[in-house]
Amino acid sequence: MTIFGVALLAACTLLGAWLGDLLGVALHVKSNVGGVGIAMILLILARVWLQGRGALSHPMKLGVEFWASLYIPIVVAMASTQNVAGAVKGGPVVVTAAVGSVVLCWGAMALISRLGRPRIEAPDAEAAHVLAGDPD
Amino acid sequence: MMKELQSLAAAQGLVVAFAVIGGVMALSYLLSKRLTFGRIHGSAIAILLGLVLAWIGGVVTGGSKGLADIPMLAGLGVLGGAMLRDFAIVATAFEVDPDKARRAGVLGVISIGLGTLIPFVVGGATAWALGYRDTVSVTTIGAGAITYIVGPVTGAALGASSAVMALSIATGVLKAILVMVGTPFAARAMGLDNPRSAMAYGGLMGTVSGVTGGLAATDPALVPYGALTATFHTGVGCLLGPSVLYLAVKALLGS
Repeated sequence: MTIFGVALLAACTLLGAWLGDLLGVALHVKSNVGGVGIAMILLILARVWLQGRGALSHPMKLGVEFWASLYIPIVVAMASTQNVAGAVKGGPVVVTAAVGSVVLCWGAMALISRLGRPRIEAPDAEAAHVLAGDPD
Repeated sequence: MMKELQSLAAAQGLVVAFAVIGGVMALSYLLSKRLTFGRIHGSAIAILLGLVLAWIGGVVTGGSKGLADIPMLAGLGVLGGAMLRDFAIVATAFEVDPDKARRAGVLGVISIGLGTLIPFVVGGATAWALGYRDTVSVTTIGAGAITYIVGPVTGAALGASSAVMALSIATGVLKAILVMVGTPFAARAMGLDNPRSAMAYGGLMGTVSGVTGGLAATDPALVPYGALTATFHTGVGCLLGPSVLYLAVKALLGS
C-alpha cells in the first residue's frame, strides 16, 4: 500500500529528527544536529533491508518517490517565502560566494579527473529521473 | 465575490499553494524551453522566479515571509515550511543505491568531502569579509554555498534570520545556475567525459539540479552518475552543516 511508503518516510524523518535533537543535546549545540542527514541514512538502510526481504512493493516505493519528486517544487515554495527584500542589500556576498565556490571546485575537478581512471558500471537512470521530478 | 474567494483561499491554503507552485513550475519550464532552449534548467528558473516573487511579496507587504505574507497565499508557508521541506529531502535518499555508491569508492568520498569543504570555506569567508561576523550567519551562508538545500536546512537548525537564509539560498541558487550554464563549456578542461569523472563532479559541485542540468547539456549519459553523488552530497552537507562545520566556525570565531 502507498501509505506504507509514506509512513516509512515519516517514521525515518521523525526518528532522524529525534536522534538529531538528542545529538544536539549531547554536543551542547542548541539545535537539531544533522536530523535530516540521519533520517536519510535511516531511509537508505530501510530500503536495503526491505529489498533484502523482498518486501519493497511498487505502491510502497510510490509513496516515497512521490515526495522525492516533489522536492524541487517544495524548494520553489520555500524560495517564495524567504525574506528576499531583506537580503537584496547583501548582493556582493551572494555573487562572491557563488562564483568563488564554483571556480575553485572546477579547479579541484580538473585535478581529481587526472587521478587514474578505473571504470564504473552504469547506475539506473530512473533515480535521477525521479529526483529531478522532470516532465520529460 | 472577492470576499468568498479570499476566505476559500485562506481555508484551503495548502491546495492554493500546490496550484500556485504548479503554475510557477509550468511557466519556468516553458521559459527554459523557449527562452534558453533548455540551457538553463527549468528548476533553476523556477527557484529564481520564487525568489523574485518573494522579493515582490516582501516589498508589497513589508513583511518578512515573502509571498506568504499575502493572506491568500499563506499556504505557501506550509508547502515551503520546515515540515514538508525536510520530508521531501529525506525522501530523495530513497534513490540512492548504497552498493553503486560504494563502488565510487575513495574518489567519491574525496570529491564529496572537497565539495563540502571548498564552497563552505569560500562562502563563509566571503560572508565574514563582507560584514557578517556572527557564527550562525557565517555558517548558514557558507552552507548555502554548498547547495541551496544545505543552506536553509543548516540555517533552520541554527535559527538563522530569514534575511541570512535568503542570502544563503540565493548563493546556492546562483551556484546551481553557474554550474548548469558553465558545465558544458568547462567540461573538456575538467576531463568530464566519463562516468567516473561525472561521479566525482556530482560530489564536488553538489547541487542536484545544477549537476543534472549541467551534465544533461554536456552528455545526457553522464547525468545519473552525477546525480548519484550529488544526492549523497546534500545529505552529507545537511549532516555536517549544523554540526561539525558549525562547531568549527564557532571555535574559529570564538563565540
